[in-house]
Amino acid sequence: MSAATDYLLHLADNALVLGQRNAEWCGHGPILEEDIALANVSLDLIGQARLLYQLVATLKGGDCTEDKLAYFRDTHEFRNYTLLELPHRGPLSGYAQGDLDYSTTIVRNFLYSALMALLWEALEKSANADLAAIAAKSQKEVRYHLRHARDWLVRFGDGTDESHARAQASLDHLFAYTQEFWAHSPAEAAAIEAGIGVDVRTLQADWDAIVDAALAEATLVRPAVGGYVTLGKQGIHSEHLGFLLAEMQSLARAHPNGAW
Amino acid sequence: MYTQSFNVPDAPGGKTVPLTQPIEDPARQAAFDARIDADGRIEPQDWMPDAYRRTLVRQISQHAHSEIVGMLPEGNWISRAPSLKRKAILIAKVQDEGGHGLYLYSAAETLGTSRDQMLEGLHSGRAKYSSIFNYPTLTWADVGVIGWLVDGAAIMNQVPLCRCSYGPYARAMVRVCKEESFHQRQGYEALLVMMGGTEEQKAMVQDAVNRWWWKCLAMFGPPDADSPNSVQGMRWGIKRVSNDELRQKFVDATVPQAKVLGVTLPDPDLKWNEARQHYDYGQIDWAEFWETVNGNGPCNKERLATRVKAHNDGQWVRDAALAHARKQQERRMKEAA
Ligand SMILES: [Fe+2]
Ligand SMILES: [Fe+2]
Repeated sequence: MSAATDYLLHLADNALVLGQRNAEWCGHGPILEEDIALANVSLDLIGQARLLYQLVATLKGGDCTEDKLAYFRDTHEFRNYTLLELPHRGPLSGYAQGDLDYSTTIVRNFLYSALMALLWEALEKSANADLAAIAAKSQKEVRYHLRHARDWLVRFGDGTDESHARAQASLDHLFAYTQEFWAHSPAEAAAIEAGIGVDVRTLQADWDAIVDAALAEATLVRPAVGGYVTLGKQGIHSEHLGFLLAEMQSLARAHPNGAW
Repeated sequence: MYTQSFNVPDAPGGKTVPLTQPIEDPARQAAFDARIDADGRIEPQDWMPDAYRRTLVRQISQHAHSEIVGMLPEGNWISRAPSLKRKAILIAKVQDEGGHGLYLYSAAETLGTSRDQMLEGLHSGRAKYSSIFNYPTLTWADVGVIGWLVDGAAIMNQVPLCRCSYGPYARAMVRVCKEESFHQRQGYEALLVMMGGTEEQKAMVQDAVNRWWWKCLAMFGPPDADSPNSVQGMRWGIKRVSNDELRQKFVDATVPQAKVLGVTLPDPDLKWNEARQHYDYGQIDWAEFWETVNGNGPCNKERLATRVKAHNDGQWVRDAALAHARKQQERRMKEAA
């Protein structure tokens, strides 16, 4: 696979997997307005994924389509950050069940949107003109996602004792996964080399500033991180992605010749 | 969506809407009657008889609850939608239904009842919602059939409500109807594509039509002869067309669409009646309808418990938002002092 397609798949899989997760709230949100807001975020992410998959399909040629890429690749072929495939709850094994937890959702959306607000902006200068155009569109969307998640993070941190404790627990759970943002995969390195991708490490100081300012306003503590660095973007995932894909892909795979 | 029969009463024991005007006021009553007779609009600040207000609160809140509960059967297929395009369409549709719920709760609030009060009615099981959502969505074809037939039936019901005598409800309905027509076209288009697909897909569509057809006919509510509340609703300009007339209109519109689609509507008595210039259709199972309305359908308990769980699980989120807003205000006041 070329540097470009592998890098585009990383961006596309991020958007699809988080879009799929956020859509789980549809009909179950804590208040009707949030059902609608999360559906919006999810629609934006799936829209971004579709544009990126379509671009990959064009580059690959043959009978490749956006749906072949989304529905007929296996877990180890997905290139998303591990952070994005985790269920909306605290740390539990893959087949364990638990309630949807809105603070996990908000903290994850915040950490990822803070990165993408910077990354999409930088990708507007990509040597790949199609990617630059997708980045320009996505950048506008992610600014809204970041504001939405940040506002709720501050409400949780500065809200009740319970919401503060929940937000802190979600940060403690999720923060270590952000280490994956800063560790280059071979595909990222190749894409940077080719001028298509952006060196995420150049964005790290700005990301820190966005995160630290929000945490200060929310009176939450930034957890110290270290230890295992996840490798989702290299195809080595948590136990959770297999379940997500099994569900998402089941109908399409049951009717491989179906027309939808 | 989804007004069904607004002749279905809520269970007794609900809070009545607080009275803001005396019941007896002949002069104002006369002005109100004159406005209704002239087909004029009643606005929130206008005087209105208490029974008119209570009927509207019941109808609009039932309608709002139907939109919200109606998110669940279709939401059931979002995670498994078979293409990214269909996934996006379905999320957008379910999101629209949530939006309809919001406008309708707002319209009902203009009558002096709060969203919390209305939700309490739903969660306690006292307030009704459209019974069509108490049936399960078993295959992906159900999503298309709901768009085609359930949204289709809802449009038949709701287009006359755009002329409802109560202004905020009528205006909400104009916007809602536009979106429902869009849902109906999308549902039908999804089915057309499936009918051009594999044999399994065609069978899936036919099976879904078989399961939903009779439930959709029942959505229009009991026969006119058994709908005592309709008369008063007509008098007040809240209901404009009778249940049976709407049902007939729906059948007449749907038969040709089924033909184009290539599916059979599961009614051996369905045939064109030259004398009436309408399609005749068979007997609706009203016993089953009432069982479901009264809580004993296949999914009543699941639907209600799911709504209650979402509400209860979200309590800490709503509390956090209120606590933060209060703290912000205190800080602002301290700064100003
Ligand atoms: Fe609706
Ligand atoms: Fe609809």
